[in-house]
Amino acid sequence: MSILVWLVPVSFALGAVGLAAFLWSLRSGQYQDLDGAAERVLFDDEDEPGR
Amino acid sequence: MTVQAMGAAAAAAPSREEMLLASRAVGGGERELRLSVPSIHCGGCLQAIERSLGRLEGVTAVRANLTTKSVTVRWREGASPPPIAARLDAIGHAAHLAGSDGARPDAAFAELVRMLAVAGFASANIMAFSVSVWAGAGGEYRHLFHLLSAAIALPVLLYSGRAFYRSAWAALRHGRTNMDVPITIGVGLAFAMSFYDLFADGPHAYFDAAVMLLFFLLIGRTLDHMMRAKARTMIADLAKLAPRGATVLHPDGTAGYLPLEAIAPGMTVLVAAGERVPADGRVLSGQAELDRSLITGESAPVAIGPGAMVEAGTLNLGEPLRIAATATADGSFLAEMVRLIAAAEAGRAGYRRIADRAAGLYAPVVHSAALLAFIGWLAATGDWHLAATVAVAVLIITCPCALGLAVPIVQVIAARRLVERGIMLRDGAGLERLAEADLVVFDKTGTLTTGRPELIDAERADPAALALAAALAVHSRHPQAQALAAAQAARGDPRPAVDELREIAGCGIEARAAGSTLRLGRADWAAPDAAELAADAPRTVLARDGRPIAVFTFREMLRPGAGPALSMLTAQGLGVEIVSGDHDRAVRSVADALGVQRFAADVRPAGKLARLAELAAQGHRPLMVGDGLNDAPALARAHVSMAPASAVDVGRNAADFVFLRDDLRAVPFAIAVAQRARVLVRENFALAVLYNAIALPFAIAGLVTPLAAALAMSGSSLIVVANAMRLHGRMPRARTRPAPPERQPAPAAMVAAAGPGR
Repeated sequence: MSILVWLVPVSFALGAVGLAAFLWSLRSGQYQDLDGAAERVLFDDEDEPGR
Repeated sequence: MTVQAMGAAAAAAPSREEMLLASRAVGGGERELRLSVPSIHCGGCLQAIERSLGRLEGVTAVRANLTTKSVTVRWREGASPPPIAARLDAIGHAAHLAGSDGARPDAAFAELVRMLAVAGFASANIMAFSVSVWAGAGGEYRHLFHLLSAAIALPVLLYSGRAFYRSAWAALRHGRTNMDVPITIGVGLAFAMSFYDLFADGPHAYFDAAVMLLFFLLIGRTLDHMMRAKARTMIADLAKLAPRGATVLHPDGTAGYLPLEAIAPGMTVLVAAGERVPADGRVLSGQAELDRSLITGESAPVAIGPGAMVEAGTLNLGEPLRIAATATADGSFLAEMVRLIAAAEAGRAGYRRIADRAAGLYAPVVHSAALLAFIGWLAATGDWHLAATVAVAVLIITCPCALGLAVPIVQVIAARRLVERGIMLRDGAGLERLAEADLVVFDKTGTLTTGRPELIDAERADPAALALAAALAVHSRHPQAQALAAAQAARGDPRPAVDELREIAGCGIEARAAGSTLRLGRADWAAPDAAELAADAPRTVLARDGRPIAVFTFREMLRPGAGPALSMLTAQGLGVEIVSGDHDRAVRSVADALGVQRFAADVRPAGKLARLAELAAQGHRPLMVGDGLNDAPALARAHVSMAPASAVDVGRNAADFVFLRDDLRAVPFAIAVAQRARVLVRENFALAVLYNAIALPFAIAGLVTPLAAALAMSGSSLIVVANAMRLHGRMPRARTRPAPPERQPAPAAMVAAAGPGR
């Protein structure tokens, strides 16, 4: 039983981290151009398109 | 008229002033502007645009978007914005100001995604505890895990369930029921029952089921919203192709560019050649021919002079005109159309979407089943708690998870297939109505035809005469002259030199070459003595000193794919008819060329409406395809409607579908996709009903545990999604072969050769 005192909060924390990461990626516009993202991976040059 | 031609003719690249007005300050001394660039289609375009604009002086950031076909540019605030649109134009991408502000995120969508994310992560966490319970955790552990599940579920149900509670409440308040009512009741009762059991130490808890249910349903809801938002953005972006202002001559002699709303009756407006008339008015000076095809459906230009009344939206093909505006937006032909549209739309408001119809049948059945189970168990055992548990199990197992996904998942995939072919869908209801269409009513000018003439037998014309005629024709904006020039340019012969060119409005072009007078134009003007030339076919005569050298005959150029599209529609079992505002002869020749038996000519907008009402009264469900202002009320009245991208704003807004490419085969393709989607939606409903038919007896028998409920729910949802994916596969009859060779020049060549019109 005592191990649960650790494991349960850890599992909650991991879930919360995942949720926070997703909401952050959503807010920073990473899903705004999914078709474009598929093409951009093929670009050779290093210069970053600004955002 | 192609989109490109429309863009070129009607909307020049936005000026710096326009760009500055449309941009917004983003802080840090920078401004941001979003431009719609419909020609973006690959990664290479993204790279070219970002590189090219990035090198402009003052630009700090460029981001091209392949999904929305737009470019967002930031620059340092200074005296004037960089020449962004001009640079885009130079690298071959025509840009216009985006109609919608894509930079501002869609608030409703963001909320849905947040609710979805919360429900998703919560159901994963609750499931971890539930799996432990199912695996055999008992006693203290089970109680602890249920307690933790409840702690996660309560805030999530309150946060993520709002969309459903709100909608259910709105429906109930109006005395209706929709899919959200059983969802709300099911989720609410499941939580309440499980919460009670938590302290009554019952063996089962349905927290996982309640949260998972919301998660699945939110997926459907989010997909539905995503599809509609995308179509709305692209259709709004199209709106900016049309001009937004006009040059007004003030009484003091100065000229200024005013937005359309600011044009008042009595103002003097200047309409240059190739521009559209901005407001209804009376011609003060100037002789010209007007292209009224977008307004009334007439294909032949109409000659007008001082004193004539002109309608907003007609295209000036001749000399610059001075017009006294007589009506503002309220009193114009356009406003009359808008009133007709509003009246017509009311006739269609009664349509209920298939999901709502299903919910109307479904909710009473499920609720009475749950109630009967409760009463039955109470009567049999006298145990309130047991009876309530069974009733809740019935509600959960039948909760419309699969039903909630059945429609949106199919429609999202269908919308995607349509978008790949350049067809925009306004909302899912349009897809459902399109599948029911049994008759297609076409407008002629601009829909079945491009609205432009083409030369008949260009390859058999005498090359020397054709070259001479083209030498005159290139200097005119008249559609027949442009068709002549284009046909000659396609052959590539050199044109002889002519001089002293002048255009006589309503007659033709006159020039001198090698000591004689050449005239190209109306027969009775170019060769007044040759009476035999006065015939009914639209023709242009080339004459030297009054003696005819050559006669050119024209017909309306069919829209690419018109022939194959109509035979595909017939093969799909749909009737076809043409209802046009053009004159009988023009309509008849197009109908003959396409083999359409039923057609009506000289039909006023109200007449088109009446025809659609008549068809509806006969039990038909007509699909209206049209582009003109005169079609707009009919588009709104028809069971379902489509418009090409070149249609007037009002027409596009009244239509359920907008097709962006020229090819008319978009119509049969969209119908095929809609019909296939309908089959899949029905299959999905059948699967959901089948699942309920199997699961319901078990639930009523009290045999359903939370584990069984979770498995059944996710299983049925996965089956429905998998079935919808089949829409990606082979489409019988809809797969079109490459266009068969047609006797008309490629549209690209036409546009390229139409020199003076650009």
